[in-house]
Amino acid sequence: MQTCVNVVETMVPCLVQGGVDPGLAQFISILLGVVLVSAFPLVLVILLIWVERKIAARVQDRIGPNRVGPWGILQNVADAVKLIIKEDITPAGADRLVYNAAPIIAMLSVILIWAVVPFSPVHIGVDLDIGVLYFTAVSSIGTLAIMMAGWSSNNKYALLGAFRVVAQLLSYEVPFVLTLLVPVMLAGSMSTQDIVWGQVGMWYIVVAPISALIFYIANLGETGRAPFDLIEAESELVAGYNIEYSGMKFGLFMANEFMHAFTANLLFAVVFLGGWWGPGATEIPFLGFLYLMIKTTIVYIPSLILRATIPRLRVDQMISFNWKVLVPISILNVVVMALLIKIVQVAGIAPAPGETDFLAHLPMTVVLLLGNVGIGAGVVTVLRNAGRRDRMEAQDLVLEPNDEKSLSVTVAH
Amino acid sequence: MLELNAQSIAFFIFSVLVLGGAIGVVTSRNLIHGALYLIVSLFGGAGFFVLLSAPFLAAVQVLVYIGAIAILIIFAVMLTRSMTQLRELVNAQWWLSAIVGIALFVLLAVAVILPVWGVDGTNPNQPVSDDIATIQDLGVALVDGNQYVLPFEVASLLLTAAMIGAIFIARDTSVDMDD
Amino acid sequence: MVPLWMYLLVGAGLFCIGVYGVLARRNAVAILMSIELMLTAVNINLVAFWRYVTPQNMSGQAFTAFVFVVAAAEAAVGLAIIISIYRNRRSVIVEEVNVLRG
Repeated sequence: MQTCVNVVETMVPCLVQGGVDPGLAQFISILLGVVLVSAFPLVLVILLIWVERKIAARVQDRIGPNRVGPWGILQNVADAVKLIIKEDITPAGADRLVYNAAPIIAMLSVILIWAVVPFSPVHIGVDLDIGVLYFTAVSSIGTLAIMMAGWSSNNKYALLGAFRVVAQLLSYEVPFVLTLLVPVMLAGSMSTQDIVWGQVGMWYIVVAPISALIFYIANLGETGRAPFDLIEAESELVAGYNIEYSGMKFGLFMANEFMHAFTANLLFAVVFLGGWWGPGATEIPFLGFLYLMIKTTIVYIPSLILRATIPRLRVDQMISFNWKVLVPISILNVVVMALLIKIVQVAGIAPAPGETDFLAHLPMTVVLLLGNVGIGAGVVTVLRNAGRRDRMEAQDLVLEPNDEKSLSVTVAH
Repeated sequence: MLELNAQSIAFFIFSVLVLGGAIGVVTSRNLIHGALYLIVSLFGGAGFFVLLSAPFLAAVQVLVYIGAIAILIIFAVMLTRSMTQLRELVNAQWWLSAIVGIALFVLLAVAVILPVWGVDGTNPNQPVSDDIATIQDLGVALVDGNQYVLPFEVASLLLTAAMIGAIFIARDTSVDMDD
Repeated sequence: MVPLWMYLLVGAGLFCIGVYGVLARRNAVAILMSIELMLTAVNINLVAFWRYVTPQNMSGQAFTAFVFVVAAAEAAVGLAIIISIYRNRRSVIVEEVNVLRG
C-alpha cells in the first residue's frame, strides 16, 4: 500500500501500473501539480472580488452586489462573462506585442509566487532552498509588467502611472526585503517550509512584531492598494497604467490586483503567523491548509477595511514616508535583531530546532520582544518630536534659532 | 553525442533566449524594445544558472538585473527621450565593429572547441562530481574570515560609494535642494 | 548533463554580441545595455566553470556575486552620468558629446 505523500507523487505509480511510460507519467503528474497550484488562485480570485466588494459596500453604508446568486456571490462570474464578450481594443500607436504581453506577465508574476507557498506539511509546489528570495524576485517582475503596460499604451496618463510604479514599487521593495531578513535569521533558512517549521512553538509575529508591522505596510505598498494606490489614482491619472486596456486584458489586470493583495497577505501568514501550523496539522495536512486560509483571512479583512476607509496619500508623502521612516526603522530593526539573536544563541537560551513546546521558546521570545519594545519606543519618540517640530513650524511658534544667536552675540558685544 | 533529455532541451531554449535577446539589444532601433530584449536575455541567463544548480544566483539575477537594473535602464531611456532619437542606429565604423565581434567569436569558439574535438580532444567536459556546494556554503564563504569577507565588505563599500556618486551626479542642480 | 563547451560557446557568443554593441551603437544607453550583456556572459562562464570543474569550492559563485555588485554600481553611476550629460547637452549620442576635444 503506497502511503500518500501527495497527490502528484501518488499518481505516478498508478499511471505506470496502467501502462503509461514512466517518464510520461512523471511529466503528467508534474503538469497536474502545476495546474492545480496555479488554478487555485485563479478560482479563488472570483470569491475574493466578491468579498472585497461586499466589505467596501458595508463600510460605505451600501449593500453591495446582491442580485446574482445567493448574496450576490455569482456577481463576478457574470462580470467575467461580460469582460470576455466585450470588444478587445488595441489603441492606435500602441506597441502591439508589449501591450498584449503586459497583462499576462502581470498575472504570471503573482501566480508564480504560489509555487513556494506551503499549504500543509506535505503540500507545497516546490520547497526551494531560496524560497523567500524566489518570491521577492518573482514579484519584482510585476513592476516590469506595469511599466510595459504604461509605456506601450501610448497614453500620457498610462505613462505617468508607470513612472509612479518605478518610484513606488522599487522603494517599497527595500523595507520589504530588509524585514524579511528577520524571519530568515530566526529560522536559519530561506525555505518557506523551514520558516513555518521554525514557528511551531512561537509565531514570529510575537518574536518580531516590528518586522511584522513593517512587512504589512510594505506589502500594502507593494500591492499598490489604498492608501498607496497611486499607480492608478483615479482622481489624478484617470486610471493609471491600465487606462487603455479593455475587455479581458483589463480583467486580467483587475484580477491580478486582487490576487496580489491576497497573495501578499498569504505570505504574511506564512512568514509571521505560523503558516499551516496549528493543533493537529501534522497529522491531518488538510487542517493545515484550513489554518493557513483562516490566518490569511484574519489579516486580509483589515487590509480591505483599510482600503475602504483611508484616503490616498500624495506621491511625495508616500515616497518620503518610505525612505525617511520605513527604511531607517527596518535597517535598525535588522541590526538589533541580528545582535539579539546572536546573544540568545551564545547565551544558550535559544530553543532547539523543531521544539514544539511553548515554554522552551519563552526566554528567547522575551529577549527579542524587549528589543522590539526598545526599538519601538525609540522610533515613537523620534517621530513624536519630529511631528511636534513640524506642527510648531507650521504655526510659526518656534523661535528662529538664528535670531536667538544674533541676539546673544549683540549682548556679548 | 548528446542525448535529448529535459535538461538539454531546456539548455537550447535558454540559449535561444540569451542569444536572441542579445541580438535584439544591439539591433533594435527603439531602445525600450532593446531594454525588453535585454530582460529576455538576462532571463535566459537566469535559466542557465538554474541548470547549473546555482538557484541563488538565478534568483539574484532576476531580482537585481531584471527587477532593478533593467527597470532603471527603461527609466533612463524615458528620461533622456532616447526613444525619439531614432535617426541612425549605428555609427560609421559599425562594419569594423562587426568584424571585430565575429573575429573574437571565432577565436573564442576555436579555443573552446579545440580541447574537446582537437588532436588531444579527450576532455569529456562533464562535471567532476555531482556533490555540489549548497547555498549555506556560499553564505559561509562570503563572511568567512579565511575566504571572502574582505571582498564582501569592499563590495558593499563600492555599492555605497556608487550610490552616493550616482545621486550626486544625477542631481538637478538648478533646483534648490534645501527643502 | 550538457557538456561544458556548449555553455562556453553561448557565453562567447553573448560576449561578442556585447562587444559589437559597445563598439557600434551610438546611443549611450544602448552601450550600457551591451556592457550588461558582456557582464552576463562573464557570469555564465564563471558559474559554468564552477559547476563543472570545482563544484565544492565557492569561488565561482562568490565571484559571480561580486560581478552582480559591480554591475549594479556600474548601471547606477553610468545612468547617472548619461542623465547628467543629457541635461547639459540635450543628447545621449556619444559622438555628439565631444566638448573635451576643444
